[in-house]
Amino acid sequence: MLETRSLTVRFGGQAAVDGVTCAFHRGTLTAIVGPNGAGKTTYFNLISGQLRATAGDVFLSGARITTLPASRRARRGLGRAFQLTNLFPDLSVLENVRLAVQAQAGIGLDFLGLAARHTALHDRAMAVLERVNLASRAAVPAAALSHGDQRKLEVAILLAMQPRIFMFDEPTAGMSVDEVPVILDLIEAIRQDRDRTILLVEHKMDVVRRLADRVIVLHQGRLAADGAPEDVVASAVVQEAYLGVRAGDV
Amino acid sequence: MRALLHRHVLSGDRPGHPAVTALLILLLLALLVVPFAVPGTKSMAAASRIAILAVLAGSYDIALGYTGIVSLAHAMFFAIGAYAVAIPLAGGWVGWGAIGLGMAAGAVLAAAIAAAITLLSLRVQTIFFSMITLAVASFAQVLATQLRGLTGGEDGLSFSLPAALSPSFHLLPGRVLGVRVDGRLLTYYLILLAALLLFLLMLRIVNSPFGRVLLAIRENAFRAEALGFRVIVYRTLASALAAAIAALAGGLMAVLLRYNGPDATLSFSVMVDILLMVVIGGMGTLYGPALGAAVIVLAEYYLQPALQGLADALVGIPVLPALFNPDRWLLWLGLLFVGFVYFLPAGIVGSLRRRRG
Repeated sequence: MLETRSLTVRFGGQAAVDGVTCAFHRGTLTAIVGPNGAGKTTYFNLISGQLRATAGDVFLSGARITTLPASRRARRGLGRAFQLTNLFPDLSVLENVRLAVQAQAGIGLDFLGLAARHTALHDRAMAVLERVNLASRAAVPAAALSHGDQRKLEVAILLAMQPRIFMFDEPTAGMSVDEVPVILDLIEAIRQDRDRTILLVEHKMDVVRRLADRVIVLHQGRLAADGAPEDVVASAVVQEAYLGVRAGDV
Repeated sequence: MRALLHRHVLSGDRPGHPAVTALLILLLLALLVVPFAVPGTKSMAAASRIAILAVLAGSYDIALGYTGIVSLAHAMFFAIGAYAVAIPLAGGWVGWGAIGLGMAAGAVLAAAIAAAITLLSLRVQTIFFSMITLAVASFAQVLATQLRGLTGGEDGLSFSLPAALSPSFHLLPGRVLGVRVDGRLLTYYLILLAALLLFLLMLRIVNSPFGRVLLAIRENAFRAEALGFRVIVYRTLASALAAAIAALAGGLMAVLLRYNGPDATLSFSVMVDILLMVVIGGMGTLYGPALGAAVIVLAEYYLQPALQGLADALVGIPVLPALFNPDRWLLWLGLLFVGFVYFLPAGIVGSLRRRRG
């Protein structure tokens, strides 16, 4: 189980995330919604360790991980996919995924072995690429992929890490309509595994309705609503805080 | 056979272009036969320097090209290794033990200092990290010239080598293929062997799982951390490894010169040479810096005589002999570098590989 208690971060007096207390239970998919600037990505950064909290705590399976670096949180099972594509651009698609498999296998400080001889890592990476339909592009540098394929690679890296907690930050942003189902099917497939916990930042309400067991709303860094998707989407708070703004956005 | 060589000796690292393969084979063969093909002190000195500087440039490439660490203190680690060998030998302990212990001590000391610099500059940006290394390197230069009792100051330290490595030692009577098998020849092949082994060790390191993590850090340190690799640990280890290998190269240089001083290993011109070798050869390719070392050393040794020959051939034609006057060799060296960087921006190996796709 993942839990945040009064989690807060301030940038020069301004609280970007303000006292968020929330628990995410095993086997659930929680969608995190809220207008732009509500602190969703910042909340993610605090959980996965890219940012340090000013106050409050993060617990993973009962252990306090508030001050651990991102790498140690990753090794404890926190897997994070990024909103802005965040790959190893000059390395091949395969190598991007293979590195994630290697990290998961805990092989890093082997100075004198041959990376090429770890065929099990290679095979696992290829298997993950098959799942996201990128196997045919394995040898291409990540930078040469289309935007949609880069998003898929981002998800493939996350899958390869085999985390207990999956954190998706707008996984379908900027994808073409026919590419979106591939990603959503993958998230559905992960959800079938009841050992996994999924956190999903998502703007698209149809996606939220289809996938989420629970929806929380962040507004100006605060937890504004929490409940079943149909209740939260219908609530006045969301209508005002989220959908109202969103209507103006579109 | 070829596959075995490729896999076990070269650690699976492909030269990546037939021309690179050809240049590497040519370089290795030339280094192997130089004492017999071109007898003489100068050619052997140039060849030894190529072998040693290939290791030095390669070690810098592990930090710069593979990990993205821009350090300007690499010559300092080279010098630490050279002083560590020179100090006991110059102090009167003329023996193999002094060389071995000096090498080991230099490598450990260099690794420790490199690790300390990296850890202490944990959170600074690349450019400030470079500035810190520059400051440390300047400090080391001051230290080396001031601690006269230990380092010999500006004059440096001259010393004798164990008998088997001195020119008066003859392993075999008479000559083999017209060359005396003396201590000088033994020194040459010893240095060549050591340099070759160190280079193959580096190839192994960059193609290990550890080496792959270094590439990931160079590409995107933020993402590497998010995957679960503790970036600061890998950066520190890469710096320490690069420094240790540079120190070993420094030890070899001291053995070659039977001397060490600030100008031989520590000065900024040495640092500039290292940078040029890596850039000319191709960053992040390891083979490239070895070829870069050959280009630089050959230019330093043979550009002047070549210009002399050219100027002599052009006598009588206006302007040209003056243009190719051997005193202007630095100008031509500079133009050569500018040409390399302009026409081969990714270095010899990088550009050839890219051309192949």
